[in-house]
Amino acid sequence: MAENAKPRVRVPKTAAPGDIVEIKTLISHQMESGQRKDAEGNVIPRSIINRFTCDFNGQNVIDVAIEPAVSTNPYFEFTAKVDQSGEFVFTWYDDDGSVYEDRASIEVG
Amino acid sequence: MRSHATTLAAAALWGLGSLGAALAGPVEDTLTVTTDAGEITLVTTAPAPEHLRDVFDTIYSGWHFREDETRDLERDDFDNPGMVFVDRGRDMWNAEIGANGESCASCHGGPESMKGLRAVTPRVDPESGKLMLVEDYINECVTERMGREAWGMTSNEMKDMLALISLQSRGEIVNVAIDGPARPFWEKGRELYYTRFGQLEMSCANCHEDNWGNFIRADHLSQGQVNGFPTYRLKDAGMVTAQQRFVGCVRDTRAETFKAGSDEFKALELYVASRGNGLAVEGVSVRH
Repeated sequence: MAENAKPRVRVPKTAAPGDIVEIKTLISHQMESGQRKDAEGNVIPRSIINRFTCDFNGQNVIDVAIEPAVSTNPYFEFTAKVDQSGEFVFTWYDDDGSVYEDRASIEVG
Repeated sequence: MRSHATTLAAAALWGLGSLGAALAGPVEDTLTVTTDAGEITLVTTAPAPEHLRDVFDTIYSGWHFREDETRDLERDDFDNPGMVFVDRGRDMWNAEIGANGESCASCHGGPESMKGLRAVTPRVDPESGKLMLVEDYINECVTERMGREAWGMTSNEMKDMLALISLQSRGEIVNVAIDGPARPFWEKGRELYYTRFGQLEMSCANCHEDNWGNFIRADHLSQGQVNGFPTYRLKDAGMVTAQQRFVGCVRDTRAETFKAGSDEFKALELYVASRGNGLAVEGVSVRH
């Protein structure tokens, strides 16, 4: 597991049915590109988050393939239309096989 | 008063007037931050403290000297990249890192117990008579109560913890003591502030007192306030402490610098902090 990978999300606590809500997500991660060399000239192995997904009540909202050019602490901001109360599940997939998850509930009504 | 207007007039004589006048000076703006606990408006301009009255009428946080995009990053904790380091500091706060399994939390409770500390440091410890930065208090705990080796003054652990502790005082007004036992340290700091260093023979005052609001090459000079420190610096993609900034500034004059945490820079931090008495602690600010 990458050191210090820590997800953060912001989802409004409440919304009206049919509202389009703004969602912000960030995960702290070094996003080592695999292009750099250390002081001895050895390539520093690639270690990035390669996929990010968000689901709402089991339905996929966003599914992102992430490439090495994405910078450290990747930040995603997107919107989702909510018709009923439920839970957003956010998942980040690390190159090393680790999976980081965060959840946030929203009250619709 | 060593006035701003005079400096601008001098710039005009050099034929830089039109550019300088158009861009110079702090931006008029208000810093309201969206936090998890609601919105908070920070004091970023204030009347100059008594001891600075013959120099400035008004003191400004460095926030006023940065571009729109940089200022915006500080308006929302979610957008503020410094909060990543605060989160890391919180993990460390709760971690049982002491020789006997102590954590910061096991003595102090939550980090909220540190509320107010950042606003009044550097300060003289009444028992030891030493001038203490927040970093010194942290290291005192780390070494004496936790039985660990001292953290490096600008190490990641130190800066993460400093970010967490500083954030607890966000919005509180900087009010460091400059009289009583602090006086000799303050006077030493003041002397350093006005001492020219390096091949370029520049003092802190040459930039931050004589030329604030003007440009030094591409950099918009602020008044050199430290109320926003530790700050997330976009250039470094990491946290920078006031002590580190002092090293950077003195190095830029092409001088051999004092070390972060040296007696000289601690005294300087007290003096510089006192120049910002009246501004709000910004917790973790964002600068470029």
